[in-house]
Amino acid sequence: MAQTILHKAETRGHASHGWLNSYHSFSFSSYYNPQRMNFGALRVLNDDTVDAGMGFGTHPHDNMEIISIPLEGDLEHKDSMNNVAVIKNGDIQAMSAGTGIYHSEYNKDRAHRVKFLQIWVYPNKKNVEPRYDQITLNLEDRHNKLQQILSPNPDDEGVWIHQNAWFHLGKFDKGVSTEYNLKAKGNGVYVFVLTGDIQVNDQLLNTRDGYGIWDNDKFTITAETDAEFLLMEVPMEF
Amino acid sequence: MGKIEILVICRHEGILQTVVRLINNNPEWNATGVVTDDEALNTFSMLPFKLVLLGSGIEKESEDRLCAAFKAHNPEIIIVEHYGGGSGLLGAEIYQALGPTWL
Repeated sequence: MAQTILHKAETRGHASHGWLNSYHSFSFSSYYNPQRMNFGALRVLNDDTVDAGMGFGTHPHDNMEIISIPLEGDLEHKDSMNNVAVIKNGDIQAMSAGTGIYHSEYNKDRAHRVKFLQIWVYPNKKNVEPRYDQITLNLEDRHNKLQQILSPNPDDEGVWIHQNAWFHLGKFDKGVSTEYNLKAKGNGVYVFVLTGDIQVNDQLLNTRDGYGIWDNDKFTITAETDAEFLLMEVPMEF
Repeated sequence: MGKIEILVICRHEGILQTVVRLINNNPEWNATGVVTDDEALNTFSMLPFKLVLLGSGIEKESEDRLCAAFKAHNPEIIIVEHYGGGSGLLGAEIYQALGPTWL
């Protein structure tokens, strides 16, 4: 029988650093809630807003698969592998921190804020060689259907990471419904609503709600309003 | 009550310095950072460590050898794998390892 957990948007951790406004679905930085440590291999889901002209200075990471999904505005990325890139709405960035990497992320725009999701997934292999990848997605490919944006396979659609994980985005018109079939046994899916209202099986979800579902093979998603959402399938044991 | 002594082992010196600095921002914690296995083994016997954090780059054989040595010296030692290399997960990892009485 399917198991589920509901994280309403307003129950997330919140940190306001002036230039950075962040909502944490799971314990992060100064937000610690032992009941909110992770969903399987999904460890961090931060919903960040960065003020114009501000950003994260150079800082390190190791042994983590880090995915950034811009929702609004442009974010400049620089790292110790000499990558310099701007990610914007419609892009997805994946970074394997592995043995260690330094990077910075800045909103270079002096007039507009940046909104983006910062997602960390535990790797299935420690101490890998650090790597960085970024692609631009076709927004039409998620209209009333699920668009795969991440997988474990370098040759598959979207970016890839060192974990048995698949991410999909959907932008559904009101009334559109689809079924999601899990890719791997032992995996669960964390649903995160970006805008609007959706129903996952019998559970109604509103904007920025999170909903984990596991011990099942498939579930149904129905848009109760025009809605955008992210599905993150990850191993529950890793 | 004295500070909680934490030994951090990490092969990446820059990340090690960051992790030690972040831990020491908490006035109740004191971190000692080492890079090599020999440093780890020597240092472990010098202070009453409550917790060991295993950072990046430690080979499986080293990890097994170090953990066995730490446990032999102090069966109560708490050993935690540290992920992320910075501030994001560090506090939660330590709080979770120490348990609710240390919050």
